[in-house]
Amino acid sequence: MYRYDAYDQRNVDERVAQFRDQTHRYLAGELSEDEYRPLRLQNGLYIQRQAPMLRIAIPYGNLSSTQLRKLAAITRKYDKGYGHFSTRQNLQLNWPALENVPEILAELATVQMHAIQTSGNCIRNVTSDPFAGVAGDEIIDPRPWCEILRQWSSFHPEFTHLPRKFKIAVNGAEHDRAVIQAHDIGLDLVKNAEGAIGFRVLVGGGLGRTPVIGKEISPFVPWQHLLTYCESILRVYNRHGRRDNLYKARIKILVNALGIEEFRRQVEEEWIHHKDGPGTLTVDEVHRIADHFDDPAYATLPADDLGFEQKRVENKPFAAWVKRNVRSHKQPGYAAVVLSLKKTGVAPGDITAEQMDLVADWADAHAFGELRVTHEQNLVLADVKKSDLFALWQKARDAGLATPNIGLLTDIICCPGGDFCNLANAKSIPIAEAIQRRFDDLDYLYDIGELELNISGCMNACGHHHVGHIGVLGVDKNGSEWYQVTIGGDQGNDAAIGKVIGRAFAAAEMPDVIAKLIETYIDNRHEDERFVDTVRRIGLDPFKTRVYGEQQTQRKVVNG
Amino acid sequence: MAKLIKNGRIVSDDWQIVLLGEDGRAEDLALPAGKVIVPLSVWQAQREPIAARQGEIAVWLDGSDDPAQIVADLAALPLVAIRFPKFTDGRGYSSAALLRTRYGYTGELRAIGEVLRDQFQAFTRCGFDALQPAQDRYTDEQLERALASLGDFSAPYQRSVTETEPLFRRQQRGLAA
Ligand code: SF4
Repeated sequence: MYRYDAYDQRNVDERVAQFRDQTHRYLAGELSEDEYRPLRLQNGLYIQRQAPMLRIAIPYGNLSSTQLRKLAAITRKYDKGYGHFSTRQNLQLNWPALENVPEILAELATVQMHAIQTSGNCIRNVTSDPFAGVAGDEIIDPRPWCEILRQWSSFHPEFTHLPRKFKIAVNGAEHDRAVIQAHDIGLDLVKNAEGAIGFRVLVGGGLGRTPVIGKEISPFVPWQHLLTYCESILRVYNRHGRRDNLYKARIKILVNALGIEEFRRQVEEEWIHHKDGPGTLTVDEVHRIADHFDDPAYATLPADDLGFEQKRVENKPFAAWVKRNVRSHKQPGYAAVVLSLKKTGVAPGDITAEQMDLVADWADAHAFGELRVTHEQNLVLADVKKSDLFALWQKARDAGLATPNIGLLTDIICCPGGDFCNLANAKSIPIAEAIQRRFDDLDYLYDIGELELNISGCMNACGHHHVGHIGVLGVDKNGSEWYQVTIGGDQGNDAAIGKVIGRAFAAAEMPDVIAKLIETYIDNRHEDERFVDTVRRIGLDPFKTRVYGEQQTQRKVVNG
Repeated sequence: MAKLIKNGRIVSDDWQIVLLGEDGRAEDLALPAGKVIVPLSVWQAQREPIAARQGEIAVWLDGSDDPAQIVADLAALPLVAIRFPKFTDGRGYSSAALLRTRYGYTGELRAIGEVLRDQFQAFTRCGFDALQPAQDRYTDEQLERALASLGDFSAPYQRSVTETEPLFRRQQRGLAA
């Protein structure tokens, strides 16, 4: 992974000093609440329901064991001994004291970490594929490009007060695992007919109040021009994006208002002035950064490991875990392991300090000291020898991190919701838990197969509900908490926005509603058809009939 | 007299900024005596009287004003100001960068409006050489201390108006921290 040079370190150290001074001035009454707010947000600091919330950047989800141990120590010293991995591959602390935040940032800087631009109306943490560098379907490793974008976007003087937040995602594989179609800029690494590397660029995607799938602005921007092209998009957006209405300020609204052709024309017109200028990337710089992402020193191993195969035959729970939580790897004899943070009874994405320390140890013992965070809120040890899998599974199981449910209904993506978040309409964590409890039968879960269930506590869609095969959205009706359900959403290459099935439900109804959706699927599915495929084939009606038809009588009871 | 940060130093300043009231008509606005900075609409509506006072009248742009509109006037302007109605309105950074790079403006470029110290370095990197904090926002002593914010970051990554090349072209990178 990327290691800082003296300049990177200087930048984060100077940021700590700057924020320390800003916080000092705020506490001394020299900075007003309104003036301090954007400054603290650009350092990931929110003032939440219970306490401040600090969002720590995990650039494109890459972490070292040293960094994870530091995070564990920070949660012990300044928080309640746990953290929450978000859907943007970051880590959130729910209970730090505002006065301590400069100190937390200083500690983070000692392990090359920060909270820069994890919130606010600026370019946010770039996100990417958690299997980058190891996936069999990878065309080009996205990580060096993410790092190039990270550096370019950090404290960009022209883009510190954009109309609204701005998210960039990069994919380099055949199957997009970075949801690039739902980002302000989605970058797809491609090779052209001559074999040159470049980017297919999407713009104006996003979830939130107005979910939109990104539109292609360019089929191929040669790699040298990545930054000047992005800069041109950002300048057009900074100048012309709406600032009169918070809900219409994202770039997707501008792109839709102008139309993609006109937006493209404006960007290209701007780009003429930047293209081939000093912002053009150099071979040397790309190599310098790419060197950090060279393969680790893999051992030469046979593709199959006999001991591993044998354990798999002998031990059913291990076999189930391998089936769900272990992914193939480009290197013979290796595998990528997903550690599930979706154990029933634990808020999705939550992890304790003890678990962090353990995962750091496993990363050192089995995975070259590195790990990744997924946007589905799980962890990945990307380079594990197959011969180590059984031992790793035993440790993970003992630590509660081996729930064999990756990609299944109970691997729920869920935002912090009403328990923590100020903006929430409704709680989301208890809904996730109730659904997990309802579907606690593993065989049934496996029979249902691949299913993405995403929950957001409000329109801001941090839980990516629009792109869940089943999406649940917390809504407020006359001051009480209700839940609207969508089906048919999808992420990846066939990204789609789910459709609302009908009126919203009370919390207590939710497990039944999900059960009915699943039953409808099971009754109608063809062989090898996932839930979302069935929805696409038969449409919403059979699901609606099942959910609402049978519910009329029950509803009377619910509503008294 | 108002305080101004010019090229990194605090100086006194006698330019007067004129705003146009909501119902005010640009052509009717009476220009006060002395050195005044008028809104773009007034600049465009009163070309003749302004020409008669060359060197005394400057123009300020709002975030929504396209700097391309004053390109022909740049040589005659004693200074150009860009107004930040709210410090969170970032359009003026792009306007400044455009004036400096695309339109080749080399005269005084002044940030006015909600000009706060935590924006100072972004301002200068986008090409402002004059920063005029809102009246009474800072005491003299606070303003002295605020100068430190001009140097918050000593090795920025990006190119900008002041650093014409990105860090990777300016420095040999990769040496361990
Ligand atoms: S979706 Fe809404 S409730 Fe959930 S974390 Fe985001 S802002 Fe908060």
